[in-house]
Amino acid sequence: MNLAEGVQIVSLGVLAFLMLATSLGVVLLDNIVYSAFLLGGVFISISGLYILLNAGFVAAAQILIYVGAVNVLILFGIMLVNKRQDFTPVRNAWLGKAATAIVCFGLFALLSTMVLATAWPISSGPIAGDAALVEIGKHFFSDYLLPFELASVLLLMALIGAIVLARREFLPEEMVDSTDEVLTLPERRRELTSTPRQ
Amino acid sequence: MTTGIDLQASFVQILEQFGLPHGVAKLVWLPLPMVLIVAAVTVLALVSTWLERKVSAAAQQRIGPEFMGPQGMLVPAADVLKLLTKEDIVPAKTDPWLFTIAPILVFVPVFLSFLIVPFGQNLVITDLGIGIFLWVALSSIAPIGLLMAGYASNNKYSLLGGLRAAAQSISYEIPLALSVLAIVMMSNSLSTIDIVDQQSGYGILGWNMWRQPVGFIIFWIAALAECERMPFDLPEAEEELVAGYQTEYAAVKFMLFYAGSYANLVLSALLFAVLYMGGWESPIPVSWLAGLLNVSETTPWFQVVSASLGIVITLFKAYLLLFLAVLLRWTVPRVRIDQLLDLGWKFLLPIALVNLLLTAGLKLVFPGAFGG
Repeated sequence: MNLAEGVQIVSLGVLAFLMLATSLGVVLLDNIVYSAFLLGGVFISISGLYILLNAGFVAAAQILIYVGAVNVLILFGIMLVNKRQDFTPVRNAWLGKAATAIVCFGLFALLSTMVLATAWPISSGPIAGDAALVEIGKHFFSDYLLPFELASVLLLMALIGAIVLARREFLPEEMVDSTDEVLTLPERRRELTSTPRQ
Repeated sequence: MTTGIDLQASFVQILEQFGLPHGVAKLVWLPLPMVLIVAAVTVLALVSTWLERKVSAAAQQRIGPEFMGPQGMLVPAADVLKLLTKEDIVPAKTDPWLFTIAPILVFVPVFLSFLIVPFGQNLVITDLGIGIFLWVALSSIAPIGLLMAGYASNNKYSLLGGLRAAAQSISYEIPLALSVLAIVMMSNSLSTIDIVDQQSGYGILGWNMWRQPVGFIIFWIAALAECERMPFDLPEAEEELVAGYQTEYAAVKFMLFYAGSYANLVLSALLFAVLYMGGWESPIPVSWLAGLLNVSETTPWFQVVSASLGIVITLFKAYLLLFLAVLLRWTVPRVRIDQLLDLGWKFLLPIALVNLLLTAGLKLVFPGAFGG
């Protein structure tokens, strides 16, 4: 075993441990903020595994999309939600947790049998390495064109939806009245630009 | 394209002459460039703090640091010494774990990104195939650290600063990445070495700033916003938020934030030089100079001279940009948060998209000039 292999095995072990530990933390911790931060750890360990598999571009894309966008959005969601409601512990909560655990273990067992039972066709071609980027691009515009375009359309729909939601300047009268202004800063009322003229 | 000097091969060869096996010689080589770059980046960041003091003093008609060393050059060293020896306070009711991890999360990606900054044809730690994309990806980790710092500090100003920082950073990442994408399209490669090579040959006329004038400006604005420099330093706007997410930090942890922000500024300036100003290429092509002096480009002493010239030129360009950034800090007023987001989403993003489209069109029409 030479140096490179040793480094690879050690980092595989470290990454696998990190991934398992952080993902267990995401599920088991009570504090939702910790869960969200640990989710970032899960994504980073997965991208480390991609690097070990010689897929540098996929690893960087994983960090850019999942850590830089998805995880930050989740954190924003958590930190900007202004829910003033006391947390009341539910009785017999363990029942739900046990059911979740059983379902998760069942899913895990099913997936592992599938992974072990399938005869995966292992490519015998040369490793693409840095040229993988070009290969991915070619696939996107040939045999994976439809999924690629569908994903783009889906993202466009989400984008337009977000803009429509964010630009909604007309607030119905009853909604304006029902909001109690306990913890909100005194702000100038937004002009109701789209109010119909009587 | 010349291969230039291969430091690694010659270093390994020298060690082998002393009787070391090949594998061990390579192992000895491995940490050297990394340690060198980390040390160099630290020094560059310290120099930029000194430059900030001096230039801001000049902008306000003061003299600035004067007595510590020649022209106050030892002030950064004194800063580091002070911050290292101060008590490391973790305020009560903060979240100690997140409070400690946050500065590291901000600091490490910046230093990792220096992996791909080239100072010469072979003077780069690794010539990764994904090159500049690594920087875009790594810089997207920083908002998590900022949010973490804001949340862990258990302080309104910190939380607001952290949220602002994260919002700003994700908004300006998109125009930044799009303007980089236009460059990448022209050079047919993500590798920083290839991007510089594509600009070489014609001296100052071959640089990307002439072919990408719009991208040039978008990149600089977005880079300033990413570094939280003055027109966009909302996350730590003193008058509104004390010091934003850094409010509760002291000693070493504060130093990590501080060093991280200056290292990030240096990194942005270096990459700006690489992407738009021809990296290590001198304004007058070196090959032309070699022809003038009547020496072959493969002469060893000429290679040494041109490699050192490359480093000096890269640093000169980077510090020119840094000087501009410092000058901007003391001449331009801060924008408001809504103006900042408007500028990012409603102005820079559409223009960056149009720029990308135009580049693609020009590349199809003039494949010679725009990298066919």
